[in-house]
Amino acid sequence: MYNDIVMDHFQHPRNGGEITDADAVVEVGSPECGDTTKIYLTIRDNRIEDVKFQTLGCAAAIASSSMATEMIKGKTLEEAWKLTNRQVSDALGGLPEKKLHCSVLAEGAIREAINQYRKNMGLEPWTE
Amino acid sequence: MNEPDPTRQSRLIYMDHSATTPTHPDVVAAMLPYFTERFGNPSSLYTLAGISRKAVAEARGRVARALGASPSEVFFTAGGTESDNWAIKGVALANRHRGTHIITTAIEHHAVLHTCRYLETQGFSVTYLPVDRYGIVDPDTVREAVTDETVLISVMTANNEVGTIQPIEEIGRIAQDAEVYFHTDAVQAIGFVPIDVDAMRIDLLSLSAHKFSGPKGIGALYIRDGVNIDTFIHGGAQESARRAGTENLPGIVGLGAAIERATSDIAAHSRRIADMRDRLLAGILADIPATYVNGHPVLRLPGNVNVSFAGIDGEALLMLLDAEGICCSTGSACTSGSELPSHVLMACGVDPALARASIRFSLGEMTTAEDIDTVLSVLPETVRRLRALSPVKI
Repeated sequence: MYNDIVMDHFQHPRNGGEITDADAVVEVGSPECGDTTKIYLTIRDNRIEDVKFQTLGCAAAIASSSMATEMIKGKTLEEAWKLTNRQVSDALGGLPEKKLHCSVLAEGAIREAINQYRKNMGLEPWTE
Repeated sequence: MNEPDPTRQSRLIYMDHSATTPTHPDVVAAMLPYFTERFGNPSSLYTLAGISRKAVAEARGRVARALGASPSEVFFTAGGTESDNWAIKGVALANRHRGTHIITTAIEHHAVLHTCRYLETQGFSVTYLPVDRYGIVDPDTVREAVTDETVLISVMTANNEVGTIQPIEEIGRIAQDAEVYFHTDAVQAIGFVPIDVDAMRIDLLSLSAHKFSGPKGIGALYIRDGVNIDTFIHGGAQESARRAGTENLPGIVGLGAAIERATSDIAAHSRRIADMRDRLLAGILADIPATYVNGHPVLRLPGNVNVSFAGIDGEALLMLLDAEGICCSTGSACTSGSELPSHVLMACGVDPALARASIRFSLGEMTTAEDIDTVLSVLPETVRRLRALSPVKI
């Protein structure tokens, strides 16, 4: 059902877990299927120094969170903001059509976490 | 590229007998001559065809004996789905002059539910009876739902997801008193629930061979003598001119052999499987916190374990268990993004978050004591891994 990259990230998720003193923590849920993803960010000098995630979801949702967090680690907030779910699913070597929506959650959670950090810093949240 | 063959993995643990079963070697052996030497079309006139006719008659007799029916009341079909379609559409259309109301339940297989929904588009009205939290239909609700317009009651013998066994005999009596035809989808029940169509007052019954170590693509519909039902597959005069199409000869022979095996000692077979099932469930409940049992504690198929592990996704668990060589299923696969969790669990009033966290192990003939040990050694750690990765705290 899934390719080897997806299965690898699902079975051995990168960046799974919590950060106790994170600079931003958000939890977003999909009203469609009940998937939930929580993102923790540690930010230094406008860069994502560390990122962790927790996901309640299917293999595609967990693999997407794993890949998405890998892709933004060490990146500037501007770079991380630009990450799309299409880039995530491409990096995973593709997801089954009916599972594409599972990769949207990671993208949304990362953007929300970035904006939470900006608000904490007294900055305007980004919109696009 | 050659696909990996999971059955060659020495540690394949198959706990999805409610989905399908392997065809038993004895059944395969009984079938084989009917692919090769004894291949004659039963409708032909020469001696070779007579051998085929005799084999079909023998298989029909075996199915009839397993149900307490007479052979002339057994009709071979392509499986459970066709049998359900034929029973429901056939009775509805043939009795339209008497009324256009059908009674069924919210937890039927889609072969029944979607057939009923189709009939709703054709001018029929359907009552979908609720079930209690264990998945049991209250016979009183059946009695109360009957109107002058009711022509058919269809209630499954045992549920495929949660394994709940329904009070079929009581519902049969209600149908008989109300002079309404009674159909039961017994696809999951054959080999586990003793069937006697007379004692249970069943007018129509669907069964499918591949659920009890027979081949796929063959099933039967029992139609009580005198039931007014339309033909569903039109064509030649096979099956007393009620179900056309050249007989699936090897399949029919396989069904006959399989149902005789499956119903020869239901009590002993069920006890062996229920003992393993009880040990599996007890082990799961002892070792995995926040586990909820779906279905009825007692009135359930002996091989069925359906549990929800709070805070995780059933499909994710299924995939991790698959990587360990364990085959099971979930009724809650998130496919389209808008798909609701299992209609059966929702009808039982299970919280949607727990419904998606459900997993079904269905034990059967292949299951061994070692399989139970292996699952009990793998499952707690697998659930723990997924829970550690989940934002939902339990």
